[in-house]
Amino acid sequence: MTDPMYDRNVMQHSSGSAPQPAMAGGMPIGDTSQAELAYEAGVELKARSQWAYVRMRFFRHKLAVASVIVLLLIALVGLFAPQLAPYGYDEINLEAIAMSPTLDGWHIFGTDQLGRDYLTRVMFGIRTSLWVAVMVALLATLIGTAIGAVAGYFGGQIDNLLMRFTDLILTLPGLAVLLTASVYFGAGSPFKTGLILAFLLWTAVARIVRGLFLSLREKEFVEAAKASGAGDMRIIMRHILPNCVGPIVVFMTLVVAVAILLEAALSFLGFGIQPPNAALGSLIDDGQEQGLETWWLVTFPGLVIMLIALCINFIGDGLRDALDPTQRRIRA
Amino acid sequence: MPDPILQLKNLTVEFDTEDGVVHAVTDVSWELAPGEILGIVGESGSGKSVSMMSILGLIPTPPGRIAGEALFKGENLITMPKKRLREIRGGPVAMIFQDPMTSLNPVLTIGNQISEAIKVHNRGISDDDADKRTVELLELVGVPFAERRVRQYPHEFSGGMRQRAMIAMSIANNPSILIADEPTTALDVTIQAQIVEVLKAAQQETHAATILITHDLGLVAELADRVVVMYAGRVVELSDVFAMFDKPGHPYTVGLMNSLAKLDAEQDLLEPIPGQPPSLVTLPPGCAFHPRCQLSQGRAICRTEVPPLRPFAAGVGGHVSACHFAEELTAGRQHAEAAGPVA
Amino acid sequence: MLTYVVRRLIYSVIVLFVASFLVFSFVSISGDPLAALRVTPNYDPNVIKRIEEQKNLNDPIPVRYVYWLRDAVTNQFGTTLLGDRPILPDLWRVMKNTMQLVFVAELLAILVAVVIGVFSALRQYSVFDYSATAFSFLGLAMPVFWLALMLQVLVVQIYESTGTRIFPITSLSDVDPGTGVSFWLDRAHHLILPIIVLMIAQVSVYSRYMRASMLEVINSDYVRTARAKGLEERRVTLKHAFRNALIPLVTLVALSFGGLLGGAIVTETVFSLDGMGLYFVNALLSNDPYPVMAWLLIVATMIVIFNLVADIAYGLLDPRVRYD
Repeated sequence: MTDPMYDRNVMQHSSGSAPQPAMAGGMPIGDTSQAELAYEAGVELKARSQWAYVRMRFFRHKLAVASVIVLLLIALVGLFAPQLAPYGYDEINLEAIAMSPTLDGWHIFGTDQLGRDYLTRVMFGIRTSLWVAVMVALLATLIGTAIGAVAGYFGGQIDNLLMRFTDLILTLPGLAVLLTASVYFGAGSPFKTGLILAFLLWTAVARIVRGLFLSLREKEFVEAAKASGAGDMRIIMRHILPNCVGPIVVFMTLVVAVAILLEAALSFLGFGIQPPNAALGSLIDDGQEQGLETWWLVTFPGLVIMLIALCINFIGDGLRDALDPTQRRIRA
Repeated sequence: MPDPILQLKNLTVEFDTEDGVVHAVTDVSWELAPGEILGIVGESGSGKSVSMMSILGLIPTPPGRIAGEALFKGENLITMPKKRLREIRGGPVAMIFQDPMTSLNPVLTIGNQISEAIKVHNRGISDDDADKRTVELLELVGVPFAERRVRQYPHEFSGGMRQRAMIAMSIANNPSILIADEPTTALDVTIQAQIVEVLKAAQQETHAATILITHDLGLVAELADRVVVMYAGRVVELSDVFAMFDKPGHPYTVGLMNSLAKLDAEQDLLEPIPGQPPSLVTLPPGCAFHPRCQLSQGRAICRTEVPPLRPFAAGVGGHVSACHFAEELTAGRQHAEAAGPVA
Repeated sequence: MLTYVVRRLIYSVIVLFVASFLVFSFVSISGDPLAALRVTPNYDPNVIKRIEEQKNLNDPIPVRYVYWLRDAVTNQFGTTLLGDRPILPDLWRVMKNTMQLVFVAELLAILVAVVIGVFSALRQYSVFDYSATAFSFLGLAMPVFWLALMLQVLVVQIYESTGTRIFPITSLSDVDPGTGVSFWLDRAHHLILPIIVLMIAQVSVYSRYMRASMLEVINSDYVRTARAKGLEERRVTLKHAFRNALIPLVTLVALSFGGLLGGAIVTETVFSLDGMGLYFVNALLSNDPYPVMAWLLIVATMIVIFNLVADIAYGLLDPRVRYD
């Protein structure tokens, strides 16, 4: 039904009487309209690196960006606590017992029964809690990714074995496991508490990474790599893992938030980080012991924990949207 | 044309998004006669689906904005109260969607979903009668063992069967207009042929006017009476099917036809249309096709003025095209004809 | 289906066995339950020896595990090391108390979360949606124990300024609660604050889940088809959207039910409720493996059972899933 005559020749025949094309450089610039220029400009902006796009999309989330700033400020406070704090962590001042928050003497978070300044204590608490949480997240992510990758990639018996082991740990309720482990490993030090937390949380990371590897393993680019002779290690490290970085990073932020909350709970119950080490959870515990009338002792450390966790969640949300815009923008 | 059953007048649909305003459909006007089959052809993003969904109220109107008129037997669907529109949707005007797997509710039986369509437009019909009619419809569209299959779930049907069930659902209430949105795209080629037969049977049974949305020219050639070609949200050509294939009046249409593999010619390479479809947020000024058009050759008017949809010299009764230089297409053809067949 | 259930059960039992053995070893190795006694001056060493004999503390661990197993099955989980107190009656008592708290909190939380989630999805980007989202974010970031404390502080502050105690802030019941209706009213009065605490935490999680699920469903093709058929919006929402959106939530809830018993440790501690949480913490601190094991075993069993329930429920609700 189609006639061989309907091809380019048809159009070229008719071009005899047409004016010279502007695109071929014949026409002066003045003839090109504003709209035309804008369109051209729009077309040319297309080429950009993938990471630039991710950055762009992330910065569109005002809440996530604000959270990054706030979190950085908090982290700086924690980092420079020894320099910034107005008093010593255990500095007792019997003149200033149980003062409610006041600008007098910079006791904006109040003082406890021994006159210790709570702003100072919270600052040091931030310092400890943050680095423990980050350590936990890094450890858990490292271990979890390694195990999840192996399980997901090799499948079969190895997968079965590793996942049954993970199941074992997940069968028991989280906090109970942590408490048990703390009692018997003897916690009290931030480092040990961090280890215990990482010991529980890697299982969640492993689950996720395993799922990612299971689905990516079937994709064509893996087949192609195998066909060109790539070994397993190479395929895992250079082909599949880079594609998982996004979801893993997002999940890692979640782990940081969970780690902070869990560590606070552990310390509060007396099983986690204990004095003389500072921790926000144990500060709340101290505060509780001193009675509920001195409400500021309990309130402020908790508010700080909440603020940190909130910022991390917002950042995680922003990262998730930035890394995978194909997901429906079901914000939050 | 006898009184048209559907008239679109300057239909315009825009969406507010965070990247800007998307001009999905711009100034679309055409008419549909009772019982005729109209094909709407275009690439993805040409606005063909959106235009039909918008007149049925299936486009969410916070981000979307609809202007213009869509007269169904004289009533304007766009400004109609919601209740009245619901009476028309699924009844006098029915729609079939592209992917039957995702378009059917996975947790309800096929029978449940079809009889639901019947009951909504026939208040007071008994459950038994609705069930009987459901089985009849499934038999009509060629689903074997209809009585048993009525109780099955969509995932227990094959792709072709699911589409048949969708068609059954749409003709359940004897529609006057049947809109089929890419009914064969998601199916295997062999099944496609079967579904085409089912569509033909459905049309014969109901004598409905049919709007066939597709990017498949072959389908249009086989089924349609008239054709609307859309590009970047606008109608660029409108004619009866024979005239269009015989003497296409728009470079885009020519490009579409050329990009198909031809059975009766020797070809080394396929000839796609160069370039990319435009972004619907920043449309090119003037004629939206000009950056990819070989007829245009950079002429200023193509870059500055949107070509009106108009009859052109060689166009026979009703054949219109939106191209400033439509005549040159046909002029060139006459040259080529005079020069003899291409070697 | 039946073979699937049986297979799962067998597998779960094996997991429980292995887990319990590991935990038992762990708990037995790391702490000396009699440490405090040994250090006490003037404590009769013969008493210590007797306890060691009686409780087989000098046997190797696998042997002790078997003893524990025997006690668990035949002797109501045996008795505590110090004081020889039968474990099961205590455990049963605290279990009942905890169930009252968590069961009510969970049911209420589900109801509230479903309503919030559905309306957030239907009115996406509205003020209601944004507020609900903000609430969820706050709820997720808040340490549970801190929320509990804050509520207590609030009640205390109200008392200080107005002289009325609106809610009790500790323990399950008053000193003399009476019986029958007055007992339960008093119990409810005591449980209100803990229930609120648990609810806030759960609603934050569930409502986000419900909202996401509902959104995914109302944007699906089959809901579009339902509209195209001419159905009323309410019918589309209820019969097509809501039903399908509930399915993932049912799974989530079933899984959560499993962890209910062990999930209120912190809340019970803050409010000094005589429940599973406090029992566990005390057992841990006394280095006594028997009650710790008993507790863990019961809780783990609940989790395993409800995991299975979740999978079965999912299979029943979604016809696409079939277990053979």
